[in-house]
Amino acid sequence: MSGALTFQETVLALKRYWSDRGCIIQEPYDVEVGAGTMAPETFLRVLGPDPYSVAYVQPSRRPADGRYGENPNRLYKHQQLQVILKPAPADVIDLYLGSLQVIGIDLSKHDIKFEEDNWEAPTLGAWGIGWQVMLDGLEISQFTYFQQCGGFDLDLIPAELTYGLERIVAFLQNVDSVYDIFWAPGVTYAQVRLKDEQQFSKYNFELADVDMLWQLFDAHEKECQRLTKLSGVVLPAYDQVLKCSHIFNLLDSRGAISVTERVGVIGRVRRLALGVADAWMVSIGAKTEAVA
Amino acid sequence: MSLPFLLEIGTEEIPDWMIVPALNNLQDMFQALLDQNVLGGRVTRVDATPRRLVLRAEGLLDRQADTEEIVLGPPRSAGPGAAAGFAKKMGATPDQLATQTTPKGDYCAITKRTQGLPVTAVLSRELPPLILKIQWPKSMVWNRKGAERFIRPIRWLVALLGNAVVPFEIGGVHSGNTTSGHRVLGKPSILVTIQDFDEQLRTNGVILSAAERRDKIEAGISVRIKPDPDLLHTLTYITEFPTPILGSFDPSFLDLPQEVLVTVMRHHQKYLSVEDAEGDLAPHFIAVMNIAADPDGLVRQGNERVLRARFNDARFFWDQDQKKELALRLPDLQNVTFQAKLGSYYDKTQRIIELVKQLGGDTVAQAAATLCKCDLTTDMVKEFTDLQGIVGGLYAKVQGYDAEECWRAIYEHYKPLSMEDAIPSTHNGRILSLADKWDTLTECFKVGMAPTGSRDPFGLRRAAQGIVRIIIEGGIQFEMPQEGELSEFLRDRVETYFRDHRGFAYDEVRACMAAGWSDLLDLESRLKRVQAIRPTPDFEPIAASFKRIKNILKQAAYSDGGTYREELLEPGPELDLYNAIRGTSNLPLESRIGPLRPKVDLFFDKVLVNAPDLELRRNRLALLHNLLTEFSTIADFSEIVTERQSS
Repeated sequence: MSGALTFQETVLALKRYWSDRGCIIQEPYDVEVGAGTMAPETFLRVLGPDPYSVAYVQPSRRPADGRYGENPNRLYKHQQLQVILKPAPADVIDLYLGSLQVIGIDLSKHDIKFEEDNWEAPTLGAWGIGWQVMLDGLEISQFTYFQQCGGFDLDLIPAELTYGLERIVAFLQNVDSVYDIFWAPGVTYAQVRLKDEQQFSKYNFELADVDMLWQLFDAHEKECQRLTKLSGVVLPAYDQVLKCSHIFNLLDSRGAISVTERVGVIGRVRRLALGVADAWMVSIGAKTEAVA
Repeated sequence: MSLPFLLEIGTEEIPDWMIVPALNNLQDMFQALLDQNVLGGRVTRVDATPRRLVLRAEGLLDRQADTEEIVLGPPRSAGPGAAAGFAKKMGATPDQLATQTTPKGDYCAITKRTQGLPVTAVLSRELPPLILKIQWPKSMVWNRKGAERFIRPIRWLVALLGNAVVPFEIGGVHSGNTTSGHRVLGKPSILVTIQDFDEQLRTNGVILSAAERRDKIEAGISVRIKPDPDLLHTLTYITEFPTPILGSFDPSFLDLPQEVLVTVMRHHQKYLSVEDAEGDLAPHFIAVMNIAADPDGLVRQGNERVLRARFNDARFFWDQDQKKELALRLPDLQNVTFQAKLGSYYDKTQRIIELVKQLGGDTVAQAAATLCKCDLTTDMVKEFTDLQGIVGGLYAKVQGYDAEECWRAIYEHYKPLSMEDAIPSTHNGRILSLADKWDTLTECFKVGMAPTGSRDPFGLRRAAQGIVRIIIEGGIQFEMPQEGELSEFLRDRVETYFRDHRGFAYDEVRACMAAGWSDLLDLESRLKRVQAIRPTPDFEPIAASFKRIKNILKQAAYSDGGTYREELLEPGPELDLYNAIRGTSNLPLESRIGPLRPKVDLFFDKVLVNAPDLELRRNRLALLHNLLTEFSTIADFSEIVTERQSS
């Protein structure tokens, strides 16, 4: 690895960098999410007229992507560094490029390209315009100007920068498998996370109780609907959306959702998310009354 | 005074495929701006990189000319009160009014003088709306809700008329004389003049001309590559300073099908594929960097590493997919939606099999039909969707369906993918592709999903175009429907195909289609015949005569059919015409026109069709009707546009 940063040093350097540029450094959200975007620090905070800039590492669970720890690049859970800059400053791309330099990427010796890649999350009623950032042919980041979230046109346009940490560090340390990454000096990624991948792949693909998951989905959906009607509990209501979303992903990895059902279930999660976004807008005074 | 003008719109990275159309749009709109505002000058050059659209014009005035316009007021006859009112409205006194004499009488008139504006002022006013009107497939806001929209954020603006800045503002960005160089190779802020603009950019790592960037890429490649103009275009427009590098991969990956390797390299990594002297895929690739050099080989190594991971995935998918043969995947298609209203791919497969049978497909063709959609459930196609069909064909080949007419039919059944793409190469491939497309088309129309305007989410125009081409170029007997919405839709495709793709004149296509188009092969042969005889000297006159006949019959409201009484034919031109028609009736069209033409001409010259004797008149109309009918199996010649009409 000849001088390349460890995984944890990379995370620390990026956090320091964004802290120095006015970001709140948050800790990961403690409910399962599929991507950093789903954490309330992004999903809810991008709504409304108030500026907000934040960075955090979000462990992101995607049950169907698990490979029992046998694929060198695919993980059930990966660590994503998420940065939200609201509003996006005019030099946002330069800021992003600066962050690559602090983790040891000499831009004069590497090839960086911004290739069109617009982002859309139908379950969140969210979409944006942007790029995938390619470093020597490797996609290392998604860079998105959010346009809509929770079905609302955004008042202030935020930039979302996500870093695929495992990929970036594997690149920096020049290893072919993420499991060979040095997480800390002398400690590999495999030592820290391999069991996680093996056991959760087994659970997600083979063991998760489908009947129980459907019951949980229904229960969390109901709870979300109940909470959305009350005032002052938008955040707990949003947790219920996240639960439903994760359970949906689990059911999907168990192959328990047929294609015809799929559209319907996505629609249910989406309705919950839009309802919560609406309640949030009302709660911050950015919208006068909730949609019936 | 004649001034040069320079506009640069500096942005964040614009998607490569949108740049050229936008640049053309900018050029057209700017030229129109110059013309409409009488600023003089013309656009001389437009250029673009992913981060800038640049337009140059020459010969602009520094000030618009003053103009004079005579404004007419009320008629003099309306009296002095009306005249005074008009004068007041025009900011003049009644004695300043002149009188203009028109065919309608004398009118009050006044000469209105408008002073020309400085061109800078006009440009300042007109440029912001013009820039924001550039058409993009998808635009965005980057400041706040309701703010300016553009394809990507505008970050700087250069606008110079001669040596002076044309001042304006868009989204908080003020125009000036400061550009920005390459993100890595250049300075972020560079003062420029119109004269040194290109050179300043070059010094700062930006090659402004796309042609020069393309040349630089091509000149930097010293191996034989698989020609790929589209990818080269993309690479030209995702870089400001392109430099190609040669990378390699483990030759053991060459065991995987070439199609898979090329797709991974081309679509996922934007690499050009390298061929050996025999034209086979070599274990190398060309990547194009957006920097000047790779002295330590870091960029090459990085790209090689990414490709290795991608190829390993592809190998994994290939091995994994073989564990469940295509044939066993058929029931799984029940879980793959074709379209919400149209059921699953399983249902679609059943319909395709039926159609293939109707098209005379044998058991091999039916086997191909049964398997053709099964690759949709494979990991390989889920990962590389562009390879649908191709993967199915390759899998079929190694799973016992190695007859060319089977595996290749599956392999090629999405073809033709565009107007330039070839149709499937085997007969089975053609009927399979036809059946698949026909099913998509008819089913979508059935549930009201016909394309509207520019919206065609299911690619039905392309499917229909494919159908037309397969039938004609593949020699397939297939009847085109002659009624309803789908018929209209197909009719348009047939017309377009023969006109734009095959180069037949539009009136030939109309004439021949008017004589029927349910059998496209027959239509094609008639078109060829008409096209061949068109330049012959007798053709246009006889076409004109046919138009005349048609008009005569129409005016006479003739509907009595073609029977006439020979004994009523007058000797002379009428009988001669009759004899010529009879005497040539066994000859093909090409041999009839020559002998008939003078007879027809003479007939119209000498014979009164609308004879006072009703019986005689009917007989003559019948003769003409007969002549028209005999020819109209080939084409409706009255549709042909002749010299005589167009002059």
